[in-house]
Amino acid sequence: MAVSATARTKYEAVIGLEVHVQLLTKSKIFCSCSTHFGDPPNSNVCPVCLGLPGALPVLNREAVAMAMKAALALNCAINSRSRFARKNYFYPDLPKGYQISQYDEPLSQDGWIEIEVEGRKRRIGITRVHLEEDAGKSLHEGFPDSERKSYIDLNRSGVPLIEIVSEPDLRTPDEAYEYLTRLRTILLYLDVSNCNMEEGSLRCDANVSVRVAGAPAFGIKTEVKNLNSFRFLQKALAYEIERQIEMVESGESIQQETRLWDSREQRTYGMRSKEFAHDYRYFPEPDLLPLVITEEWKEEVRRSLPELPQSREERFATTHGLPRQDATLLTVTRTMAEFFEEVVKGGAEPKLAANWLLNEYSFLLEEAKVGFTDFPVASADFAKLLTLVGQKTISGTMAKEVLRDMIMTRKGPDQIVTEKGLQQINDTEKIAAVAREVIAANPKQVEQYRKGKTATLGWFVGQVMKATRGQANPQLVQDVLKKELD
Amino acid sequence: MALTEKDVRYVADLAHLELTEEEMKKFLPQLDSILQYMEKLNELDTSQIEPMAQVTYPSSQHPSLRADAPRKTFAQEEALANAPEQGAGSFKVPRVIEREE
Repeated sequence: MAVSATARTKYEAVIGLEVHVQLLTKSKIFCSCSTHFGDPPNSNVCPVCLGLPGALPVLNREAVAMAMKAALALNCAINSRSRFARKNYFYPDLPKGYQISQYDEPLSQDGWIEIEVEGRKRRIGITRVHLEEDAGKSLHEGFPDSERKSYIDLNRSGVPLIEIVSEPDLRTPDEAYEYLTRLRTILLYLDVSNCNMEEGSLRCDANVSVRVAGAPAFGIKTEVKNLNSFRFLQKALAYEIERQIEMVESGESIQQETRLWDSREQRTYGMRSKEFAHDYRYFPEPDLLPLVITEEWKEEVRRSLPELPQSREERFATTHGLPRQDATLLTVTRTMAEFFEEVVKGGAEPKLAANWLLNEYSFLLEEAKVGFTDFPVASADFAKLLTLVGQKTISGTMAKEVLRDMIMTRKGPDQIVTEKGLQQINDTEKIAAVAREVIAANPKQVEQYRKGKTATLGWFVGQVMKATRGQANPQLVQDVLKKELD
Repeated sequence: MALTEKDVRYVADLAHLELTEEEMKKFLPQLDSILQYMEKLNELDTSQIEPMAQVTYPSSQHPSLRADAPRKTFAQEEALANAPEQGAGSFKVPRVIEREE
């Protein structure tokens, strides 16, 4: 596709995202079947989630609490009364012939997320956060008769979802990417979902249209589906925006339709519109009572909210004096942020702790193929190690060796330092003894130094460090050498 | 008659029903009379009444919510017992996905 640069700047894209997130409840939203991922197909099913006649749904309290948590963290207003509705459509992985969702009275609405792209902060509106049930899973490939048959696994049928609908406030694929990243970080902090796009616990559809930049009205939108990674989202949006601009430029009209992203061919395809006639004939779900949220329950959930990433980032930057980039990196996951705080609480200097966590520790973990969340090193031990570095008991290079051992052996830093005899030598007498030996053995260099070639001092420091296997405190070595040589 | 043949075809289509000409002749007036009967309700003034979908509401004593405690119900074989066709622990249905440009 070739759209000229001028055409590209003439238009702007209008993007809204619909994000579906599986909640981390133990049981399904309307029945007591397990939500465990990866079990044998159709082994976590019952009359309710199989859609057998006469089975009645009962709402899971925890699903409501988690949805509320997400809604509050996304600055939404919780409706004291909401209700469920049936969304009617036919698909084999939807055994009842309708999905229980929320329609005209959702759980919550009118929230926002702040994003920052290229230094520009923007508030992206959130239209609503509502509760619904997931459908089962259709497998269209991988079986000998896949040409003719689809295989249906209903373990996922009835897993609780929240749908988070954004306002059409996003303008570029980068903004969409940033929005989804922020959203994911928040949900991970709340521990309401594991937000794994590959496993499908976070799914994203995008509504996209283009218009002449600044025009008041929206263009005709398409809905792009099958965006199962952050990268696909960006690529599919870029492709779809370009496709629409090209059509508008050449005088064609855009069709309102659902399009699928094909990652192999790097393009979107229109889906047969007949099969996806968007007339869901919503009506109130008669099998469920309206959902009433009391003020007490709402406040109880609000109190349970953890400190959110943006506020934590701000605090790390201001109270701990960390560079903004470090503060951002440390708060990407709640576990990392909390670990950092524990290390600081354990007595480590914040900047030193940030450096070691983001650089040496991350590097060593990767080298040892150990995950951060396996916590091979306790925060208290980490703090102790950094205290040793701060007090110059051991050098940075040695500390790295010690940390490597801590990861492998899970021993404390004191023990490793003692066992390996790695304490830094801070005893002036000991250092002086070594220095005198070095001086005696190298009369030529001594002469050079005394003739004014003071750079030779560095060479002497190196010799002493070598003789002490790097354990001498380099600053002390330098002081002692100067005294001995002059 | 307010209802048209086109309306009936549309609704039948959404329900995946195929109607013969005869069935159409039979159902069109039937559906129309049902709708007309419902229209009658619109003659009442309900402007002062709060819309409601249910007649019962949960109370704080009976919030009608379930605890999040998983429980096993069907084994895979039981779940699939009535399936017209099955394989690899799954329900088998005619292939569904199709697309076109």
